[in-house]
Amino acid sequence: MSTIALYNDQGGAEAAMEAGQENSSSTGGAAFGLFSSDFKKNEDLKEMLESNKESLKLEAMKRVVGLISKGKNASELFPAVVKNVASKNIELKKLVYVYLVRYAEEQQDLALLSISTFQRALKDPNQFIRGSALRVLSSIRVPIIVPIMMLAIKEAAADLSPYVRKTSAHAIQKLYSLDPEQKEQLIEVIEKLLKDKSTLVAGSVVMAFEEVCPDRIDLIHKNYRKLCNLLVDVEEWGQVVIISMLTRYARTQFTSPWKEGATFDENNDKAFYDSDSEDKRDTTEAKPYTMDPDHRLLLRNTKPLLQSRNTAVVMCVAQLYWHLAPMQEVNIITKSLVRLLRSHREVQYIVLQNIATMSIQRKGIFEPYMKSFYVRSTDATHIKTLKLEILTNLANEANISTILREFQTYVKSQDKAFAAATIQAIGRCATNITDVTDTCLSGLVLLLSNRDETVVAESVVVIKKLLQTQPTQHSEIIKHMAKLFDNITVSMARASILWLMGEYCDRVPKIAPDVLRKMAKTFTAEEDIVKLQTVNLAAKLYLTNSKQTKLLTQYILNLGKYDQSYDIRDRTRFIRQLIVPNEKSGALNKYARRILLAPKPAPVLESSFKDRDRFQLGTLSHSLNTKAAGYQELSDWPAVAPDQSVRNVEVIEPVQEWAPSVGKTKKSGKPKSADKFYSDDEEEKKEEGSESSKDSSSSSSSSSSSSEESGSESEEESSEESEKTSSDSGKSSSGSEKSSSESESEPKKKKKTKKAPQKKSKPPAAFSDSDENGNGPVAQASSSSAESSSGSETDSEDSDPPATPQKKKKDVKSKPKAEVKSKVEVPLLDLVDFSPAPTNAPPSSVISSSLISDLEGLSLSNISSTMQVTTPSFGPVKTYELLHHMTGKGLSAKYHFPRQPCLYEPSMVAVQVILTNGSDHSLEEIHIGERSPAALNIHCFNTIERLEPEASVTVSMGIDFSDSTQAAHFQLCTKEDQFSVSIQPAVGELLMPSSMTEQDYSKEQGKLLGMNETSATITMATANTSRLAISKQVLSVCNVGEVPSSQNTVHRFAGRTVSSGALVLVCLELKESSTALLTINTEKSVMASMLLRDLKQPLVQA
Amino acid sequence: MIHSLFLINSSGDIFLEKHWKSVVSRSVCDYFFEAQERATEPENVPPVIPTPHHYLISVLRHRIYFVAVIQSEVPPLFVIEFLHRVVDTFQDYFGVCTEAAIKDNVVVVYELLEEMLDNGFPLATESNILKELIKPPTILRTMVNTITGSTNVGEQLPTGQLSVVPWRRTGVKYTNNEAYFDVVEEIDAIIDKSGSTITAEIQGVIDACVKLTGMPDLTLSFMNPRLLDDVSFHPCVRFKRWEAERILSFIPPDGNFRLLSYHVSSQNLVAIPVYVKHNISFREGSSQGRFDLTLGPKQTMGKSVEAVLVSSQLPRGVLTANLNPSQGTYTFDPVTKMLTWDVGKINPQKLPSLKGTMSLQAGASKPDENPSINIQLKIQQMAISGLKVNRLDMYGEKYKPFKGIKYMTKAGKFQVRT
Repeated sequence: MSTIALYNDQGGAEAAMEAGQENSSSTGGAAFGLFSSDFKKNEDLKEMLESNKESLKLEAMKRVVGLISKGKNASELFPAVVKNVASKNIELKKLVYVYLVRYAEEQQDLALLSISTFQRALKDPNQFIRGSALRVLSSIRVPIIVPIMMLAIKEAAADLSPYVRKTSAHAIQKLYSLDPEQKEQLIEVIEKLLKDKSTLVAGSVVMAFEEVCPDRIDLIHKNYRKLCNLLVDVEEWGQVVIISMLTRYARTQFTSPWKEGATFDENNDKAFYDSDSEDKRDTTEAKPYTMDPDHRLLLRNTKPLLQSRNTAVVMCVAQLYWHLAPMQEVNIITKSLVRLLRSHREVQYIVLQNIATMSIQRKGIFEPYMKSFYVRSTDATHIKTLKLEILTNLANEANISTILREFQTYVKSQDKAFAAATIQAIGRCATNITDVTDTCLSGLVLLLSNRDETVVAESVVVIKKLLQTQPTQHSEIIKHMAKLFDNITVSMARASILWLMGEYCDRVPKIAPDVLRKMAKTFTAEEDIVKLQTVNLAAKLYLTNSKQTKLLTQYILNLGKYDQSYDIRDRTRFIRQLIVPNEKSGALNKYARRILLAPKPAPVLESSFKDRDRFQLGTLSHSLNTKAAGYQELSDWPAVAPDQSVRNVEVIEPVQEWAPSVGKTKKSGKPKSADKFYSDDEEEKKEEGSESSKDSSSSSSSSSSSSEESGSESEEESSEESEKTSSDSGKSSSGSEKSSSESESEPKKKKKTKKAPQKKSKPPAAFSDSDENGNGPVAQASSSSAESSSGSETDSEDSDPPATPQKKKKDVKSKPKAEVKSKVEVPLLDLVDFSPAPTNAPPSSVISSSLISDLEGLSLSNISSTMQVTTPSFGPVKTYELLHHMTGKGLSAKYHFPRQPCLYEPSMVAVQVILTNGSDHSLEEIHIGERSPAALNIHCFNTIERLEPEASVTVSMGIDFSDSTQAAHFQLCTKEDQFSVSIQPAVGELLMPSSMTEQDYSKEQGKLLGMNETSATITMATANTSRLAISKQVLSVCNVGEVPSSQNTVHRFAGRTVSSGALVLVCLELKESSTALLTINTEKSVMASMLLRDLKQPLVQA
Repeated sequence: MIHSLFLINSSGDIFLEKHWKSVVSRSVCDYFFEAQERATEPENVPPVIPTPHHYLISVLRHRIYFVAVIQSEVPPLFVIEFLHRVVDTFQDYFGVCTEAAIKDNVVVVYELLEEMLDNGFPLATESNILKELIKPPTILRTMVNTITGSTNVGEQLPTGQLSVVPWRRTGVKYTNNEAYFDVVEEIDAIIDKSGSTITAEIQGVIDACVKLTGMPDLTLSFMNPRLLDDVSFHPCVRFKRWEAERILSFIPPDGNFRLLSYHVSSQNLVAIPVYVKHNISFREGSSQGRFDLTLGPKQTMGKSVEAVLVSSQLPRGVLTANLNPSQGTYTFDPVTKMLTWDVGKINPQKLPSLKGTMSLQAGASKPDENPSINIQLKIQQMAISGLKVNRLDMYGEKYKPFKGIKYMTKAGKFQVRT
């Protein structure tokens, strides 16, 4: 029976019960019971899993999960469970996932059966299902599917949904741990995901970066500022990871802010509250050290996180400040750290450890909070000890009396380990602060009569150390200790007293031999450590007072000679040779006195946290005081800062592309095989980046978001132009690398040259002619260029037979698109009829007044009545593609932002959508279906009953983007089909212009300083220096209104965000030699940084 | 990051394990048990324990150890904070976080843990998001599910996950729209033998229960915001508004949450609501000790002090305590030597007292230290720091919500040394 019980234990309680019944019913042998119980149980589950009833299956899976949770083996159910992986019941499916992840490693072959299900789910329209499929797929640790995982990760990294992209970032780490060989490819995906602007993704991808390639610091450069700016909005766990990484990064990229010491105190304090621009002005004052603006950016953007509710985030910011901030700024972290001491015991433990390390180096910053470290009797012992440590570190001449009084209470504590620690702390205070040494010493002597042994022992040890540091006139204490000697049983204490006797035997010439006499009696019964010290004492006395002690010494040496411990035998032998002169001992004998009675250096009583600062604060290694696996050293500051321009992000990504299936970019007429895909981009970027600073197409291909394919004409032009400039070098060099593309680069070049003249004449025309919804000229322009491009695309296709499938897709795509464009031409010209508001007319008073009142309700600052929301006086229109007619089965859609107040709701951004039927039959019931996020507030257009072939219609809709550039996803439905589409606004489109006087402007600007101000110095292209050109460029990027300016060199623009009505102030101040300071003031700091980047591009570019 | 999680009960059984990466044998917990043995008290187990191949980071709550297994460098607070978040979530879901509750709901627990971590990195820890993914088990829902065959598991990505307000789910609907705020302040103090205050500070929190339809945008302003010295916010609070105007502006999560916790600057004098007169003494050579304790109200601003509970860890030598309370009841646990006196309300006319003798173990020497006394109490309708909410406004929705604000003062770590 005992064996049954044993086996039943494994089978779980339920099995035990069944087995019990089994056994009572049948008198069969133990073996039968044993097998049948296990067997039967699984059979039962197996049957349930294989039944047709969903509820039975679910019940069975719940029991299986119960088994897993208890750590029982349920692997033999694998075949039965894996069948249910495609179940419709979502809960059942999830439980199967749990099982699969747990056992797939053990049953690799069977696990492969489930893979196809996941592959299918990866294409599911529901982002949640795509995400969880990737999660499970990547969690199955089966090496065979590595290529499948790799592919899935790459696809998911380009997914439309940030949730799926986040999942793919997680999957990167999983794949890396499964197969480190994939590192290079994974780094490419990481590089791509690092460019992602979604706050959801940021934390996860940095985690992947830390795991896979923490040394590739070069990948961070371009994303540094973005990460800093996003930080506040990232979820809390991601914040921790990002902050840790940025700490390491900053230590390699910036110079030390600690060099100057106190000399630049005031200046820097000021700089802290001021903006970057302030910082820069400081530079001119010939100061030896100026903080890199990026360094300051990091410090500034992490500061609010000290207020986080998440203790890990607070600690992380604290360590960042500790390691990166100038000395005088570090103290802002103390308050927050002290606050954390209110948290759970475990949190206190870690925080106290870190404070202990900090308080050694900078006691000043924690001194005001000394009382927070007072010990309560209810604290756990390790908390008490840490608090004691900190109090000791904080002790100085001024507060020592308070601390000692506090220590007096602790010494009496019932927790004896703590009392002992307190005594040591007193000893440390006594050595560190000479004023109180005597007080401490007498206090400790009093403790010698304590009843508790550990307390006495600890006191003796500490007194010994103290006496050693101050060996003068303390013979009284030594005598007192000698008297206590008989009562002390703790060996360490006894040994200490013996050592003291020997060391200062000249001070207590009468007592020492007596003590030795006592020891001789009890020698055999003592602990080893006491015996050793007895031998020592004997030797020293022999040398100083051989008359009295000669016999005693010999007796003890004889006892030692036959001791059980070889240590003591050795020591005895050594001492005998040393002190007793005989013929063999030789020269050493003469020096015996000098050897044994040499003055010994006093021990230094120091904190156990003394050397902990070699580890980064807040890390596991710091907590354990040993280097943990995977610990990344914090490097020293570089003597000379590396080039800071590496962090300049010139690449702008207004038009982006996400759809995973769609091929990359229109420019890629050259073939790209799937695995060269990423490396390709990288190459190009390097080449083109140097060439024309921004190649929107290459950047959009590598990160990006909207479903844009060809984009507006001006967009296409700029990209193509830059491509042209770089094409000669870029194209041919990349071409030479890929043999297949050689034949193709030829026609491409031809096409470029063919187009060039046409292009150059166009942009100014498009800009100057276009009015509010100046679709006419644009449309014309688009048609002509589209035609030419379509032509050349066809060319290239013809001349390029060995194209990869991917490329073919693209070509097929671009051709019909061109056709569509030319067809669109006519309806676009008629657009004025459809547009809801007359061009350039002031908005109806109803709207604007309601708008203003609404804004007033939302924003709390007093809005002067002179500030009004106005319609833009000017604005080129960029058209974006919403739905391509290939994907849309004939239906194609484009959209643009007309930059008018939305009629439907003031918080919405007006969008005009042009629907075109490119199919050969009429489409019916075009409307908007499901949208996501569901909260998304869209005002849909009325259902279009019928759209004839070749016809197109323009409709307007309103979308509330809530001031974020997050894409609005919705479904465009016809009677038969529905297509998922998304509109992603450029940040400038989320604004509406607001007009105000110069005075109001500067008043508002004054309110939005500090954290609300973002600025950058740019070098303006010469063509852009005129007022007209500047306003044209600014207005083309964002929908703001110009503010009249009295100065010629200062250009001001004002706008409000559409949803929240937050003020956005743009100011461009021209400086000498075509540099200019671009400042944006708004409380939406994320928006500001995006806007800044968007604005920089056209101003810098000619 | 987090490799595995083991749940260990007070008797040292591993009753649940969960692995996020490959399986770590439960024998790794032996190192934990070793440390547990070395520690005299359950609280003394070190939170971070190194083992040859792993690191164990544990938290102790509700007498359950949550032991996370780590393989490489990670900020320990990250893990600790997460483990506490797990406990909070369990408590939120099951009402209590006990071994029995976890065992009864093992499937939900597993589903939760699966959602909370992916590959050891936290995925969704926001209660509102989790509740959309996995509905908390209620009796009604369990019944409905058994009948209809529907499940507790959501099919869609929680709306919060992608929005700018991840803490709030969309489509919230209530027939009664209510928003309640509790301002709770705790006094941490150490009072010395003579009755003078060694250290005292006030820690406060504002807990909210918000049940409002739609996407309300609330602002809460204080009469005296300057009192708040150091604050930490729920992520929903707009930090910049606070910095600039000292106004709390936020879109609240749905349900219960902690809006704010704050620290009242130690510069302000803290009012101590009660005083204690004590006379605890042991005589050398005698096996008797005297115990005499009287409580009285001190600075209570006219409010009555309620739910007073006095506890004291008597020295180990004490065998029994023979005491006589003037009101309430007392208990003395001869094993843990814990004396607890449930006083109730303090009547200023007739001060509560506890008097009597303690008998010591024969032959045991006089204890070195008198026991310190811990006091718990409550004062309704008052925040001891004087913090007052000025007004609560709602924007963004049309209806009129019902608003309520409650103040309370409690004793936190309130200790009297004797």
